[in-house]
Amino acid sequence: MKKLILSTAALALTAGFAMADTVRMGTEGAYPPYNFINDAGNLDGFEIVLGNELCKRASLTCEWVKNDWDSIIPNLVSGNYDTIIAGMSITDERDEVIDFTQNYIPPADSAYVATSADADVAGGVVAAQTATIQAGYIAESGAALIEFATPEETVAAVRNGEADAVFADKDYLAPLVDESGGELVWAGADVPLGGGVGMGLRESDGELKAKFNAAIDSMKADGTLNALIIEWFGENAATY
Amino acid sequence: MFSYCADPSTLDTFRWLTCYLTTGVHMSFYKSFLLVLALLAVTAPVALSFGFLGAMSARSPMKPVSWLGKGYIAIVRGVPDIAFFLFFVIALDQSFELIKHNIVCPDWTDPIRQGNDFLVCPQAKVPLGTSPEYVHQLYGFLLAVITFAIVFGAFAANVLYGGMQAVPRAQLETAEAYGMTRRQTFWRVLVPQMWVYALPGLSNLWMVLIKATPLLFLLGIEDIVYWARELGGTKTSKFSAYPHPDWRMWYFLFLLIFYLSFTKVSEVVLERVMRRLNKGQATSGGEAMRKEASA
Repeated sequence: MKKLILSTAALALTAGFAMADTVRMGTEGAYPPYNFINDAGNLDGFEIVLGNELCKRASLTCEWVKNDWDSIIPNLVSGNYDTIIAGMSITDERDEVIDFTQNYIPPADSAYVATSADADVAGGVVAAQTATIQAGYIAESGAALIEFATPEETVAAVRNGEADAVFADKDYLAPLVDESGGELVWAGADVPLGGGVGMGLRESDGELKAKFNAAIDSMKADGTLNALIIEWFGENAATY
Repeated sequence: MFSYCADPSTLDTFRWLTCYLTTGVHMSFYKSFLLVLALLAVTAPVALSFGFLGAMSARSPMKPVSWLGKGYIAIVRGVPDIAFFLFFVIALDQSFELIKHNIVCPDWTDPIRQGNDFLVCPQAKVPLGTSPEYVHQLYGFLLAVITFAIVFGAFAANVLYGGMQAVPRAQLETAEAYGMTRRQTFWRVLVPQMWVYALPGLSNLWMVLIKATPLLFLLGIEDIVYWARELGGTKTSKFSAYPHPDWRMWYFLFLLIFYLSFTKVSEVVLERVMRRLNKGQATSGGEAMRKEASA
């Protein structure tokens, strides 16, 4: 009897291996339109639609995992999920720790937003999210940098006067500026930053990287990626 | 939720609010309250038993056991909670996986550490990569309970140790004079009487534990503070049917009320327990009750 139970357990375990194709996708869920939580409480956004389509094309079963931005890379390398798809720009510093697929959003502009258009973005106090390329850029620009854990707090810092301006992806800031009723305005010139947005993977995961690269290739080739970018980021967004 | 919620932008304030407060994302917010309460309900007894074991071994006449108990108390009490929460959970998770890896994949030849990556064989993942999401969440909850229990267990151990030392020596001597063994003295005389000395310290710990629950988010669990921050954040009409400016203040105000009423209820309950424990004890509280009764 004991043997029977054991072998059933072993069988159940091996059945698990056979479908080991589940890929866990890590995202932040706080950065519209890239990824956010919708009214129904589910993950939504450009990257969620894109990720599901990529998984379909690569014949993978995917599951979404939410993780806060601060610990998104440590949790990837320790294996809690298999990809990062969270509006993460491809940079050399990150590339030393993890691997990236090719970009699925071309290099896009970052922009300053302030309460008045003549805010001092070069020498004043500028807010940015911790561990982003924007924060790295401000640190070297000569302005005083204050960092926040979430994008929401960076914008709040400008509204309550703690910072002179906020520096973030232009696509994130655009809807906020549009609906602020004139309280928030663009300031300074736009800055092109980073090597586009790509999917982050563990360096040892070459096979998965190849699968996603092929899927991104096929979406670039048949124009669906461009259509998706325009749907979420508007007519003026940079496409391939 | 309600039939009139189809187009929220046309509703008056009251109806808009009823729709807004019953969206799916708000339901997740309400559920996270249950999660926090469940965590407290599970963690408190587990931490107390960790504490009891710690205090018992710290008092042990056998030196190595006593060192173990005292070492546990000293180390965990000395490390900042946040460092413990950030480091310990990843270490705990990886050690589970490493142990399972050595059992289920003895023939694995690839190195487990490749640069920054921690790679065990897919069968040794805890939980398995193929497990449904709720298993992952349950596992996260379990890690949270263990971490909280170890941290608060160390503090509880110190409190209980103090409580045990505070029981009057005369009581124990009397027990010995009656011919009770060490074990009998411990369980029949010491333990029933130590609670009255330990309770003030334990009630402090309970209050701190209630307030420490927002640390859950460090462990990847979506607790009430996470949802309050998420829901209160600015919503634009492009991505939500309920656009609103930064409302985090209101959500945090609600959390303030929640935490204050929860701690108030705890205070009242703990007060009652204290009265009960004081009954017939040779403490000033017990003395006061005797006077009350005879007056």
